[in-house]
Amino acid sequence: MNDQVDHSRRRLLTIATVGTGAVGLAFAAAPFLASWQPSARAKALGAPVDVDASKLEEGQMLKVVWRGQPVFVIRRPKTVLDLLGGHDAVLADPNSSSSIQPDYIKSTGAARARNPEFWVGLAVCTHLGCSPLGAFEPNNASQLGGVDLGRNWPGGFYCPCHGSKYDISGRVYKSQPAPTNLTVPPYAISADAHIVIGLDDAPKTA
Amino acid sequence: MAVIPEETGSGDSGGLLGWIDARFPLSKLWREQVSEYYAPKNFNFWYYFGVLSLVVLVNQLVTGIFLAMSYKPSAAEAFASVEYIMRDVDWGWLIRYMHSTGASAFFIVVYLHMFRALLYGSARKPRELLWIFGCFIFVLLMAEAFMGYVLPWGNMSFWGAQVIVSLFGSLPVIGGALVEWIRGDYVIADATLNRFFALHVAALPVALIFLAIAHLMALHEVGSLNPDGIEIKEHKGADGHPLDGIPFHPYYTVKDLVGIVVFLMLFCGVIFYAPTFGGMFLEAPNFEPANLLQTPPHISPVWYFTPYYAMLRAVPSFAGTQVWGVLVLGSAVAVLFFLPWLDRSPVKSIRYRGPIYKIALAIFSVAFVILGLCGMKPPSGIYPLLAKICTTLYFAFFLLMPWYTRIDSVKPVPQRVT
Repeated sequence: MNDQVDHSRRRLLTIATVGTGAVGLAFAAAPFLASWQPSARAKALGAPVDVDASKLEEGQMLKVVWRGQPVFVIRRPKTVLDLLGGHDAVLADPNSSSSIQPDYIKSTGAARARNPEFWVGLAVCTHLGCSPLGAFEPNNASQLGGVDLGRNWPGGFYCPCHGSKYDISGRVYKSQPAPTNLTVPPYAISADAHIVIGLDDAPKTA
Repeated sequence: MAVIPEETGSGDSGGLLGWIDARFPLSKLWREQVSEYYAPKNFNFWYYFGVLSLVVLVNQLVTGIFLAMSYKPSAAEAFASVEYIMRDVDWGWLIRYMHSTGASAFFIVVYLHMFRALLYGSARKPRELLWIFGCFIFVLLMAEAFMGYVLPWGNMSFWGAQVIVSLFGSLPVIGGALVEWIRGDYVIADATLNRFFALHVAALPVALIFLAIAHLMALHEVGSLNPDGIEIKEHKGADGHPLDGIPFHPYYTVKDLVGIVVFLMLFCGVIFYAPTFGGMFLEAPNFEPANLLQTPPHISPVWYFTPYYAMLRAVPSFAGTQVWGVLVLGSAVAVLFFLPWLDRSPVKSIRYRGPIYKIALAIFSVAFVILGLCGMKPPSGIYPLLAKICTTLYFAFFLLMPWYTRIDSVKPVPQRVT
């Protein structure tokens, strides 16, 4: 037995061993953490969705599911479209500068749509992910189970969870729980109102 | 239990017990933790809730194991399997109602248990770690209850999960990716339900049991406090035992048994006559299957989360993000951990404190209950304002505590328990 133990050497070896073990542990943890990511099947189910909106009447709304999320497709009456630019002062983000949408939607300003007549947007409140209700008729409280939206309601969306209000382009009003406008997903729309949600450009084959 | 002779030393007696004691400290554990664990003789009503939370924990474990035998953790089958348990499994309704009522009972006894700590200074030195273990148990219990509520895959399960998981999405930079990682999909989906099931029945219960053991070990190391807030270990008799202490067994085992019987009477009353408790323990929208396209008209969590939910809603979005409400929610729970250091009063028990702490605690308690009510109501009318005021009072109680407890008057504390 040698009593001359080199303590600094022993400490170095101990630290090196623990360090190597910790790195190994981190590498071993990676597969477990990665297993929580959306699986290949979940990703495949997130493929683009086709919608034929040409059969929608004015003022009608269609709810479709894309990537498991509800998406609104609305055909907006001309009368409502004419009101759109008029209430920017009461909106939190009238130009959608801090909201999520493709650039080709942002550049359309108040319409927030590739074709102003058809509005497409995620039916997911930007507050906590509830699904807003459509309240398109101006000044009509009855369609929301008695919630009074006020006399100057120009038509839009109302979130039943925490009371956030949006206009008919999904732009949120000031001082609402929701911080930003409703998200617009990437979509393409053809001349005959055929909408493909999840793609920036329509497929070439017509 | 009476078969274990109390005078047994380690391994010196014969028979089966002697054989075991030579290999495992069975008698030693029994003596140290139960028959010779000296607890203060002046425990009152408020000291029932520790043992009651243990009773509820056992109830949840046993009924949970049996529910897992008939439950199917998939989005396609979960809702139907719960109805199968309720209708077709013999006594399945009883087991499920014991479990669902147990969840609410757990929070009732834990909230009262925590209130006891505020009354008598149970978190103060040298019980800080005991308190911190307890806070971790509270946090895990909330996670356990939340994931358990998702499992029946009713519409409130689904949308409640949607709201709570979205909270993480408000965190800057990592938010979106984090939410996707938690859900394992682009929405609350089968993958989410399946992993919540794994966490609810395996990971979290194991962690809860470990923490409960650590909580009890810390308690038995420092000894229980009492309504006078004084240390009984400071006055020991010739035998080395505290003069004001009595052995936990048989004195408190028998006393606790009475409390347990009374508790079980109330518990069974709810199970048999009001299992949904008017929509508070089981919410009406949860009797419909989860529907991605149909948000319930009013989303509110189960009653035990509503105080914190009200705080979340009380904070408006600011600077383009609603992360502030989430931070307030997190801080409201995190601040509990610091209680032992926030309280600067020279005395522990409310019996010897001045009027300031008594008023502060009363205001805090009322504010907490009002927050609970606000969280159940839609965010309109008087409720948003009320929630804002009570959130402020909740934080004021903790954050101003270092000052008001120091200037508060105190009464002389007795040497021995009264």
